[in-house]
Amino acid sequence: MKVVTANKLTFGEVVYWTSRGWQSSLQQAVVLDDADAERALKLAAESVQRCEVVAPYAFAVRVEHGRIIAISAREQIRAQGPSVRLDVGKQAA
Amino acid sequence: MYRYDEFDARLVRERAEQFRSQVMRRLSGELSEDEFKPLRLQNGLYLQLHSYMLRIAIPYGTLSAVQMRSLGSISRRYSKGYGHFTTRTNLQLHWTRLIDVPDILHQLAEVDMHCMQTSGNNVRNVTADPFAGAAADEIEDPRILCEIIRQWSTLHPEFSFLPRKFKICVIASPHDRAALLSHDIAIQAIRNSDGEPGYRVSVGGGLGRTPYLALEVGSFVPRRHILAFIEAILRVYNEAGRRDNLWKARVKILVHQLGIDEMRRRVEAEFAEIRETGMLELPPAEIERIADYFAPPAFEELSGESPEFESAKRESKQFVAWVKTNVHDHKTPGYALATVSLKPIGLTPGDCSSEQMEGLADIMDSFGFDEIRVTHEQNLVFPHVRQKDLFRLWQQLEPLGLATANIGLVTDIIACPGLDYCDLANARSIPLAQEIARRFADPELQAELGELKIKISGCINACGHHHLGHIGILGVDRKGVENYQILLGGSGAEDATLAEILGPGFDSEGIIGAVENVIETFRQKRISGERFLDTYRRIGAAPFKERLYAH
Repeated sequence: MKVVTANKLTFGEVVYWTSRGWQSSLQQAVVLDDADAERALKLAAESVQRCEVVAPYAFAVRVEHGRIIAISAREQIRAQGPSVRLDVGKQAA
Repeated sequence: MYRYDEFDARLVRERAEQFRSQVMRRLSGELSEDEFKPLRLQNGLYLQLHSYMLRIAIPYGTLSAVQMRSLGSISRRYSKGYGHFTTRTNLQLHWTRLIDVPDILHQLAEVDMHCMQTSGNNVRNVTADPFAGAAADEIEDPRILCEIIRQWSTLHPEFSFLPRKFKICVIASPHDRAALLSHDIAIQAIRNSDGEPGYRVSVGGGLGRTPYLALEVGSFVPRRHILAFIEAILRVYNEAGRRDNLWKARVKILVHQLGIDEMRRRVEAEFAEIRETGMLELPPAEIERIADYFAPPAFEELSGESPEFESAKRESKQFVAWVKTNVHDHKTPGYALATVSLKPIGLTPGDCSSEQMEGLADIMDSFGFDEIRVTHEQNLVFPHVRQKDLFRLWQQLEPLGLATANIGLVTDIIACPGLDYCDLANARSIPLAQEIARRFADPELQAELGELKIKISGCINACGHHHLGHIGILGVDRKGVENYQILLGGSGAEDATLAEILGPGFDSEGIIGAVENVIETFRQKRISGERFLDTYRRIGAAPFKERLYAH
């Protein structure tokens, strides 16, 4: 299972592909199989053309009790913020 | 310190305006991301894990109070109230927004600062001994040559598209406080047997995937010819350095593939050609003009012993502990160098808040300090403090959280931003530094262990200088999970040595225990007074391996 992510062009903020466009929380992301992820990446490339986001890619997740959990440490940190500064990043919101 | 002339000032102002126009064109879609990315990188702007990261150049690590205050204000207004001093003596803001960067560049330009050549395949920020102008064993201020190189290499058309990035370091003391031999070009000021000023030049140092120490390419280059000699090295590299493979493109690979003798032959041939034209010969008047900017402050005639200092030491044990680790001898009687530790126990190595930056600027104003220095070990140095002012200085650092007494000790750890911030990282560095510091926080234990340099990198690129650590730690990715290798026996000082990997890696919990076991082994095996490095050199890796991997 995968989720598509990118960064906002203007602010650089981490965003996820959702049913309502790009949103900032991983929990709002659409969880996709490989084929859907490919289709979402094509749409994301169009979003890049529209100057909304940069550097889109898909990454692996699992779903536990309805929560989307990134598999890699890198994506867990991107989804929350630095593990050493809990007062900044998405986790601080 | 160096002040921009009209030319410098116009250059950075115009550069900021140029970038504003490039950002506008990017936002409107006129420039694609592929077209824009090299432009933003040329202004030190990276896209990292959480946001854009802006890397601000701090030439040879020297900042004025005005600049430090401005960095405090910029990091509050445009980032999240803090910045990170790096092992390249730059400052990184990890939370910048693309749309704000032109304004940031303008604010930087107002205080003679910029972000040019903090990225890309060009000559990067030239680093120097942080004790420049104050060290007792120095024969000249290395920043004079650094500034000459900075002016020559900034936007140099021939060297704006090198095979890979290029780092130059200059020192002028036998004691190496700048990790000299880990640079692409390592320059040490010396005097020949006739007392003439010149430089010993080495080439091909670097850490990363293939670590090497630089090898001597010029045993004595007269001062007036040093730029010609540097240009000769860069020309040989620009022409023959590999461009087909990112991992083999640094000059260290060329030097070690050609062999230093062939490299020397090529450099000398190029050097002879450049010298014939005389174009790059440094006129004494120009050297003098630059040197004037680095003239030492008017030192008072003071006695080597200050009654105020002696009485303060009787008053406070904590002050004595700070003096013991953080204060170093100055070349002028009655003065001292004071290092400000950016390694408070349990916090992020190298991080500095806006309040701390502004507090440091206030201290500089109130004590009349012209400068503060950034060290490659991610600390700051006040280079010229009257001994009698040390106690008052320490008292003012304390409320800022900047009076940690640990320079050179086990808790004075270098750590790159790692996977908490960096797009290239495979593993976190900072949490390890924090936890190791907590485990060894006891001041008596730290003092007992003596000089012990731990350096942590979150990936093979080695921004945390793990190859130069007495104990080095390298974070790697093992199927998406952070894993850490231990290296032992490195040194970034005048006895430079590359550390060697001890054995298989550890997970993020195991690594802390492994470091404790390494240090415990040292305590058991050391002869009284030995540093960790001395013990390691005497007994080798075997006892450490035995302790970590026997079962």
